[in-house]
Order: sequence, then C-alpha cells, then structure tokens
Amino acid sequence: MKLPPFDYACPTSVSEVVALLAAHDGEAKPLAGGQSLVPMLAFRVALPSLLVDLRKVAELRHIKITNEGIALGAMVRWREILDDARLRTAHPLLIAAVAHVAHYQIRNRGTVGGSMAHADPAAELPGIAVTCEAKIAVTGKAGARVIAAADFFQGPLTTALQSDEIITEIRLPLWPAKRRFGFQEFARRRGDFAMAAAALFYDEDGGKARNAHIGAIGVADRPLRLKAAEDAINGTSIDEAVIAKAEAAASASVDPADDIHASGAYRKALIGVMVERALRDAAGLKTT
Amino acid sequence: MSTTAPKRASNLFVGSPIERLEDLRFLTGRGQYVDDLAVENMLHAAILRSSVAHGRILSIDSSAARARRGVHAVITAADIGTVPTIPLRHDPTPAIRRFEQPVIADGKVRYVGEPIAVVIAESAALAEDALEAIAVDIEALRVVADREFARKDDIILFETVGTNVPDTITAVRGKADDAAFNSAPYRRREHFSVQRHAAVPMEPRGLLAEWDDANARITVRGACKVPFTNRRALAQMMNLPEASVRMVEYDVGGGFGARGEFYPEDFLIPFAARLLGRPVKWTEDRRENLTALNHARDMECDLEIACARDGALIALRAHACTDIGAYVRTNGATAARNIAQVLAGPYRIPHVRVDVSLVITNKTPVGTYRGPGRFESDFCRERLFDMAAADLGVDRVEFRRRNLIREADMPYPLPKVQVLDIESECDSGDYQITLDRCLAEFKWAERAKLNGKLIDGRHHGIAVGCYLEGGGTGPRENVRLAVEADGSISLFVGSSSVGQGVETVFAQIAADALEVPMERINRVLHGSTDYVAQGFGSFSSRSIVMGGNAIGDAAQKLRTLIREAAAKRLQCQASDIVIDRGMAVGPAPARAAIALKEFAGLCADGTFASAKRTYSYGAHAAYVAVDAKTGHVELIDYVAVEDVGRIVNPLTLHGQCIGAVVQGLGGAFLEHFIYDENGQLLTGSFADYLMPTASDFPQIRAVALEDKPSPLNPMGAKGAGEGGIIPVGGVVANAVAAALGSLGVEPRDLPLSPPRLWQMIQAARATCAAR
Amino acid sequence: MPVKFEVNGKRVEVEVEPRLTLADCLRHKLRLTGTHVGCEHGVCGACTVLVDGAAVRSCLMLAVQAEGAKVVTVEGLSRDEGLTPLQASFRKHHALQCGFCTPGMITTAHALLSEEPNCDADRVREVLSGNLCRCTGYISIVEAVLDARTAYRRRGGGNGA
Ligand SMILES: Cc1cc2nc3c(=O)[nH]c(=O)nc-3n(C[C@H](O)[C@H](O)[C@H](O)COP(=O)(O)OP(=O)(O)OC[C@H]3O[C@@H](n4cnc5c(N)ncnc54)[C@H](O)[C@@H]3O)c2cc1C
Ligand code: FES
Ligand code: FES
Repeated sequence: MKLPPFDYACPTSVSEVVALLAAHDGEAKPLAGGQSLVPMLAFRVALPSLLVDLRKVAELRHIKITNEGIALGAMVRWREILDDARLRTAHPLLIAAVAHVAHYQIRNRGTVGGSMAHADPAAELPGIAVTCEAKIAVTGKAGARVIAAADFFQGPLTTALQSDEIITEIRLPLWPAKRRFGFQEFARRRGDFAMAAAALFYDEDGGKARNAHIGAIGVADRPLRLKAAEDAINGTSIDEAVIAKAEAAASASVDPADDIHASGAYRKALIGVMVERALRDAAGLKTT
Repeated sequence: MSTTAPKRASNLFVGSPIERLEDLRFLTGRGQYVDDLAVENMLHAAILRSSVAHGRILSIDSSAARARRGVHAVITAADIGTVPTIPLRHDPTPAIRRFEQPVIADGKVRYVGEPIAVVIAESAALAEDALEAIAVDIEALRVVADREFARKDDIILFETVGTNVPDTITAVRGKADDAAFNSAPYRRREHFSVQRHAAVPMEPRGLLAEWDDANARITVRGACKVPFTNRRALAQMMNLPEASVRMVEYDVGGGFGARGEFYPEDFLIPFAARLLGRPVKWTEDRRENLTALNHARDMECDLEIACARDGALIALRAHACTDIGAYVRTNGATAARNIAQVLAGPYRIPHVRVDVSLVITNKTPVGTYRGPGRFESDFCRERLFDMAAADLGVDRVEFRRRNLIREADMPYPLPKVQVLDIESECDSGDYQITLDRCLAEFKWAERAKLNGKLIDGRHHGIAVGCYLEGGGTGPRENVRLAVEADGSISLFVGSSSVGQGVETVFAQIAADALEVPMERINRVLHGSTDYVAQGFGSFSSRSIVMGGNAIGDAAQKLRTLIREAAAKRLQCQASDIVIDRGMAVGPAPARAAIALKEFAGLCADGTFASAKRTYSYGAHAAYVAVDAKTGHVELIDYVAVEDVGRIVNPLTLHGQCIGAVVQGLGGAFLEHFIYDENGQLLTGSFADYLMPTASDFPQIRAVALEDKPSPLNPMGAKGAGEGGIIPVGGVVANAVAAALGSLGVEPRDLPLSPPRLWQMIQAARATCAAR
Repeated sequence: MPVKFEVNGKRVEVEVEPRLTLADCLRHKLRLTGTHVGCEHGVCGACTVLVDGAAVRSCLMLAVQAEGAKVVTVEGLSRDEGLTPLQASFRKHHALQCGFCTPGMITTAHALLSEEPNCDADRVREVLSGNLCRCTGYISIVEAVLDARTAYRRRGGGNGA
C-alpha cells in the first residue's frame, strides 16, 4: 500500500494555499493531520497531483474564547482541544465528544478542519457543529465566506467547499455556564467511528427545558438535528415520560440505510437509546 | 517410552517462569523480520490480484506496465508455462487434490485476491504503480457466493471436476443411527454456524528470494512454520534438487496456523528471482493480506444429540459443512477433519457420527487458524448441551460432569475418521479436576445467584464449558546439540518459531537435560533448513512435545559422549563421571573436573518420534452482562483452566493462554469477513475487520495445571497454545444465552455482534408479545 | 526532495519522494527497522514513533513533513546494554510474544508515561486501544505499563527510558 505519486508544497499563509489549490484546478488537496487523507492515498482512492500541507500556516492554529463563543483554527488538533483547560468549561459538550475521537496517536495529529472537510457521517465534530449551529469560515479564490454547519455537510465525504477553498475556522456559539448537556456514543470498539451517537443540550427556565438542540451522528449521510425530539422536551421538566417520548421521537425521525456493520433498523433504535441516555446524563437521572 | 521422568534436583529451569531470551532484541527494536532485510541489487515485487470473484481471463496486456520506468518484468501464467498447483500438506485424498490452487490464475479467476500477474520493479512503490497499467480482460461468470448455492452445483468452479463439493469427511464411534436416536428418551437437534474469520497475524508475510546462478541454488528468506515441507514443494515446482533450495527463517510476527504454509507467492517470488537473476523481495501489504492469507472457520452444522432423562449422553450425530473458499490449500481440509473428530469433545458419548462436507465457493481459500475445527465444534456442541440441560431440568454443570470422559476410561478413543483412516485416543487426564478448579476460581456458586438477573439495566449471565486440545502431532522432530569452543552449547532444531518463545523454552529444556546453567545454551537455531537434516516445523501445538523430547534425546547422547571423553582423560569408567554445573567431574576422592569447553566439537543428534497425539484439556467459564437496548456484551470475568501435562515455562504458557482466549473472543464478538453476493470482501481493512483491542476484554484469568502428564513422551508434555481459543465461542454464547434466558434468546450463530444480538432480542420480545 | 530532521538525537538528511511515509523512510532509508509497519492505514499502531515528543503513526505522516522535527524511535528509547525500566517491565510481565507490535507499544507507553506517570489502568487501556497486538491478549501489556509508572515518577516524568 505505497502512496501514489504526488507533488508536495508547504506554504505559510492561507493566501498561498488558496493560490496553489486554485492553480491545480481540483487536482490539489490540502493536507492537515493526514489521518484520513493518507489512508485514502494508501488505498489509492484519492489520487491528488499535489498535496498542500497546512502545517506551517500559523493563522490556522488558534483556540479563541471570547464572549461571542469559541473559534477553533482549522489546524487545531484533537489533542490541543482535550488539553485546553479553558474549554472544559467553555464548551464541555465539545470536550465530551472529542474524547470519543479515534485513538491517542491519531489525536496527536488529526485536526478539526480536516475532520469537517472529510465529512464522515459518523464523525463526532461535524455532529457537534450541526447540533450547536456552528459557523464554518472558509477562504477561496473568490474570498472568504461563512457557511452554517447545517448547509456545510451535503453527504458522505461531501461538503459545500469549493476545490480552491479551505476551512480556516470553526465557530461555536457561546456556551452559557448553566447549560445542561449530554453526549452518548456507541461504537464497536474504543476509538472506532460511531455506530450512532447523540449530542444534546438544553437550557433551563424555571425548571423547564428550552432551547433544546439534539444532534444525531452516524444515522444518515450527514449529521442531523432531531427537531421532533427537541420538540418533545422543550417546555417540559425532564422526567421518565419525557425521556421516553424523546427516545421515540428520535428513532422515528431517522431512516438509516443498512450497511455491513448494522441494519438500518438497529441504528434507528440505537439513536433513540443514545438520545435517551444523553438526556439522562443532562438531567442527572439514573438509568433504569 | 517410559512414563514421566522424575523431577531431578537439577531440574531448575523447566517449570520456572524464566524471562524470555528473545525479548532482549524485540524490546530494543533489534528483532529481525523479513521486511527488515535489504540486499544489494534487490528488486521489489507487487502482485496484481483479481478484483473479480469468478471469471474467465480473456486477455492480459502487460506491455504498458513493462514499459514503465523502473519496471523489470511482468510475470503472468503465460511466462510460467505449465502452471504448477500447490500440493496439499495434510489429508491429500484424491478427491480433494482435484481442487489444488495454481500458483497464478491460469485461465480462470476464482476469488477476489487471486494472483494474476507479478510486477518486478526498482521499488515497491513503482511496482505498485505499474499494477494499474496492466490491462486484464475478464469475462465475469456467475459468482458462487455461499455454501447453499455451491451445493446445488448449478455453477461449477472447476468445470472438469464437475462438482463444488470436493469431499465429505466422516468420523464414527459406535452406531449413531436412527435406532439409537429413536429409542432415546430425549433428543434435540439444532442448526449452528460460525462466521468466516482468520488468523491475521500482525506481521504481514514477506519473502526475499536470491538465485545463485553459479551453483543453481535458490535461497528463500522469510520461511516459517514448515520450511522443510515447503522446500520439498518448491524444489519440485522449480525442478531443482531439494539440496539446492535453502529456506531461512527470521523473526516471525505471529503465525496462528496461517503463516508459513505454501502460498502462491512462495513460488512466484523465487521464480522471479531466478528469471531475473536478481534478489527479489515481496512484502505483503495489509490490504492484500486480508484476501491472500488463509481464511478460516466458516462452517455450519446441523447437530443432534440424544440422552437419557438424567442427561447421560447416548448419541451425537451431525452434518457439518465448511466453506473452504475457491481452492483446497495445503491444509484446507484440516478444520473439516477436526470437526469430524472432536465435535463430540471430551465427553463419553457411545454413539457418534459426524459428516463434514467441504464446499468450494468464490472466496479466499481457507486453512488452519489456531484450534482449527475445534473452536467451531465447541461452539455448536456446548450451545446444544446448555439447551438440552435446560430442557431436561438438569444443572448445566452437572450435565457436563456426568458426561465427561473419566480417568478410568483412558485411553479413550476418539471417533475414527474414515477414508483418512485416522484413529486417535485421549491419552490421559482427569477432566473433572479442571472443571472443578475452573468453577472454584470463577466462584461459580456465588455468581450463579446473579445468573439471569437484570441488574442496573443489564442482563447478567454465566456459563462454563469443557474442551480437548489435540497436540504433539508427529511424525518426528530432530535436534542437534553441539559443544562450542567456549564451552557453550548450540541447539539446532527443526521446529519453527512463530513468536511463541521457542528459543527460551528449548533452552530451558536443554539446560536441564544437560545439567548446565541456562546461559550455557548460547544459541537456539531453529526453523531454517540449514540446521538439521530434516525438520517438521511448528503446527498443531507440537513444538514442545516433539522438539522438547528430541532435545532430551540429544542431550542424553551428548552427555554420554562427554562422559566417555572425560573418562578417557581421567582414566576411569564413563559411568563414574557426573556432569555438574557445566563441568564433567571424575570419581571421588580426586573429583577432577573438566570444563565443557574441553569437549568443544562434540555434538549429538537427537530425535523424537511419535505416532500418537497428546490431549490436553480444560474448562473455561465466562460472566457477561448484556445491554439489551444496544446488544452490547460486557465480559465481566473470564477464567480458563487447562492441564497441559508438563509446564515448561509458566510465564509463556500463561501468555499463550490469555492470547488465545482473546483471539477467541475476537472470533466470538468482533471478527467477520463479510462478502457480498458478488464475492467482494466488504471488510477488507483493519477499519472494518475488527480485532480485539486493549480495552475490549480487560478481565481474563488463566490457570495451568500439570496434574496428569502424558504417558506418550518422557517429558509428559502435551500440546499447549491452542487450547485457550477452543471453548471460547461456546462459553460466551452460553453466558449470553443464560443472561437472556428470561427472553428465551438462544444464539445459534457467531459472531455475537451487537446488531445481531439486538435483532434476536427484538424477535424474542415479539414472540413473547404474540403469545 | 531533501528533508532534514533529527532521529534519536542524530541529525539526518535524506532525499525522498514526497509520497514516502515517515515509516518507510525510517525503515528503508535510514535502516531503523525497529519501527514496524502492520497495516499502512493507520489502525494497528505498530509504526508509532515520537515526533517532537508526541506519539504519532509514522505510516500516516510523510517523511517530508518531518522537516525540522525531532523523531524518536524504539531504537532511541533503548540503551546499548540491558533494558530500560519500561522494557524490563515488559519482559517481566511477558508483555510480548512475537514482538511485532512491541516497538509501537513501547513508544506509545513511553509517551503516555512521560506525560502521565500517574495514569490508571483504564487510561492505559484507552491509550493502548490504538495499538493492535494479536499475540498477548493485552492484559500483560497493561500490567507492564502500570508497573513501569514508578520509574517515570522517580525521574519526574519525561525520561523513564
Ligand atoms: C484508525 C482511525 C480511527 C479514527 N476514528 C475517528 C473517530 O472515531 N472519529 C472521528 O471523527 N475521526 C476519526 N478518525 C479520523 C481522524 O479524526 C482524522 O483526524 C480526521 O477525520 C481528519 O483530520 P486530519 O487533520 O487528519 O485531515 P486530513 O486527513 O489531512 O484531511 C482530510 C480531508 O480534509 C481535507 N482538509 C484538511 N484540512 C482542510 C482544511 N483546513 N480545509 C479544507 N479541506 C481540508 C483534506 O484535503 C482531506 O480531503 C480516525 C482515523 C483513523 C485512522
Ligand atoms: S502501520 Fe501505521 S498504524 Fe498500522
Ligand atoms: S506480541 Fe505479537 S503482535 Fe503483539
């Protein structure tokens, strides 16, 4: 499994990156952590003529926490997220999700931008982005633009990015300190991509849930928000009955396809269970 | 042969947990595996493999590939001429031999991954690049994707043979006929299956072949397991005398039965080296490994037992069918034969008849994988036993206890394998002891209280099962011991290392047998064809039994030679000389001592031959918790107890057992080669072929006993190393069934993947609701 | 193209194709064959090396990306004579059989213990879940790593090797 031949460039600015990508007309690919791209090269399912390494682009490496929210530079690695003590309070849901991403060594290399651009339907960060209504800042030949997470993912390994565009930043809205949240994932083995995962949060107002956001990972061709499940909990105080309703609504609102790892019916049920358990975590209710 | 040698006072090493000698190089990155080799002028091979499961090759155009920069040759069937097939190493019945694999696709392709062409180039990357430039035109034929369709013989893989069923292997004990079943007070019949999975050692295969034109000799580096057999096969295929073929073994990154058999590449790479007159290296990559290395298991079994009301077994009969893939490889029938022989397990069942059909399909051919046929058999049998015990209201442990072969029954005959005419018998043992010990270690009585209970949302269950492990397979092993100039001892042996620690274990045995300190055994040289005239390799848990006893024989002879030489010098009788701490010591009162180095040059050849197999045995118990909502099974505790006759190194034995259990758990829960209806492998990467990781099964305990030595060899040793895997599927499936007893879930198929278990739970609930 | 970096404390300069992985560069260009390659697609962990102190899969990194980096392989975590405490612990616990996964286990465990000499069994299992071993069943490896913690604590983390 030797990699196919390609050229290599290692520019230091976003503008140079974009110029290189544009000059190669879809034949060039950015290289971030390489944790998804290099395996694809090894299997020769990706055959770019040029790899544009982003590792020296200093403007992509920041983690900024402001009162607007959190901005993660595209080249921020999983490891840096987990090591950043500020994020544990600034965005505990992000931390809970990233803890499920891949393995130790992969987390030392893999980046948030690479994960978003790779757009695996079972990946955690795209799910968090959709759940939290993140904005994705991208720059291309035509300039910079910002894409809502809900519009960014278009199918398995397919995004709204143009071939000359790169992700520069992922912006997560501000996380109120008292927000309740849960993240539950089921994978075959530790570090595997999720069979299904649920990311959710809600705020509380006089003991009632509001502003519920429930995201589903691994049950469709892209991450989804589960509106029906959100509706089931908004305005309620979370109890067993509400949880059961949300579980049923979550299952009912997805229609996963069969694949080698599981039947669609299994994933459909599983996402309900993940929502149920994440909701229990959020509400601090014990499993029955 | 006498029975067990009494433990001598000087028996210091055998039985001790000696840290391994091999570790020093492995831990520091100084191991030497075949891909680590590089020689002057070396070229690299890459193999074009069929992407079509069944088809006729209309044309192969390799001109564009040949014209590429750095490409030296492209070899296809046409360049080889008469394409040889790979001879069977085991069980070569004439019926089975018709399905041998050609070393390269010859007119037809029969599985995805079958070699079609070999590119030889300046680098591995250039060779791989050139594969894409070879144009192969294949007329696709209808694919035989499963056993059921294969058996219909609508589409035939070998047209000239006319059937997809190479043979049926039958084993019989007593008379398991309709009369036996019809007259029995109780009978139950069930259908079981075990999925296709495989050994998958961590090091992919590799070969480095060098042709010496002046002497017309070929050297093949990267041999293992059965280098002598493979030398014979290669010599024949290349039309060379055996003496002109040299097989050299390096460190081997795991074998588990699959690695070291003769594969197509074992011919193609040496052939290329001779053709080009340059060294050629091939390193299998993981993608090709998953379709090229032998697959295994893939069987289904229709099993019926008959017993008395108290659970005493009367008869067992079965029709099993193994999907052996597109060809019969070197040991492709071994699992089937073992199923026939051991389906009845360590139990006294007067009447047994097992028929096992081998069926050809358009998939990767199978071979042995640790516990071949036995893992599958145990799953089916132990599952059915638990079902029967429940029907009869007999306690599961009691059911086994009642039926286990007793010490007084020894030697107890296994069912006779007809056609192949294999007879074997359990040599010794008290199977109750290992069962009792297992229950005690496991705290069975205490845990039985949790069985079937729903605790914190999960269903808890326990199970126990018993097994037999055949080992010590003959015919023979040869060893040479030589005294070196510095007084150290070199040990040359025909057994191979596949990472199981033979160097240390053999050094322990030799040190004790020669009564010298272990550091005196300075080199243990194994596996390569240079060292002994004829070796037989490492398969079927045979290394310690055969190699170890051959060391004993060689040591005996070397000691005699040393004593004679010392006697001559000291002018006394040879019988007056004792060997003590590496010195030859004369009679009292002088007690003159001569250092071993004075005997440099002395050497002795030893051999051990045995036609009979040893049978180690044991019992395993498992405790699981099942999450009915996800189908996830947590293995809370697992206990393995075995009796191996004689423990040489408790540390390595323990390692073998735990490692085997975890492999078995992989087979029970995770690993699965899934094919689609077009014969495409869908789980062809490590992302999809799921092997156990460090966090999957953290709690496993193993206990080894040596209560009942084998009467068949002086050491009393029995095969060990495979036992750990054999009962795993049955035990954990029974634990899952016990956990889900309230729902009536009865797993009949492996693997117990979460989606599958969930599906069964749903179905069981639906049935309950319907009632 | 040329690439310069440091391997096990020595500066090296090699001429490589961009497509050459760091694993193949170490093994075949620099002849440091202690780093093993078990899958070439990022799952098995046999190829783990330390790049600027962090454990990474060298099959998923290009050699050209190592420009200017400090790379440490299993050879660099070994002494000329004898074993380091981590290696000795592996030997004592029989945490290796065929030895193929071992270099990746050692490099990974070294990185972990250097950073977290007080890690618990769960953390060790979690971290090692990225390294496949087909022989041992892992239990002895986890024990070996846990047992080696004291050596890293004594040395204040960082250089238990
Ligand atoms: C064994 C294994 C297990 C894994 N398990 C998980 C898991 O459980 N969950 C999970 O989420 N991931 C998992 N991954 C993937 C891992 O998280 C990757 O790090 C991630 O998906 C891609 O990030 P990267 O930085 O490595 O991107 P790369 O591999 O470098 O690139 C991926 C793709 O994104 C493009 N790209 C990269 N950066 C940008 C950018 N800034 N702008 C535009 N395009 C860009 C590349 O051109 C390429 O097409 C696993 C990987 C492996 C090998
Ligand atoms: S070889 Fe790099 S992870 Fe397997
Ligand atoms: S020791 Fe063989 S793979 Fe780990």
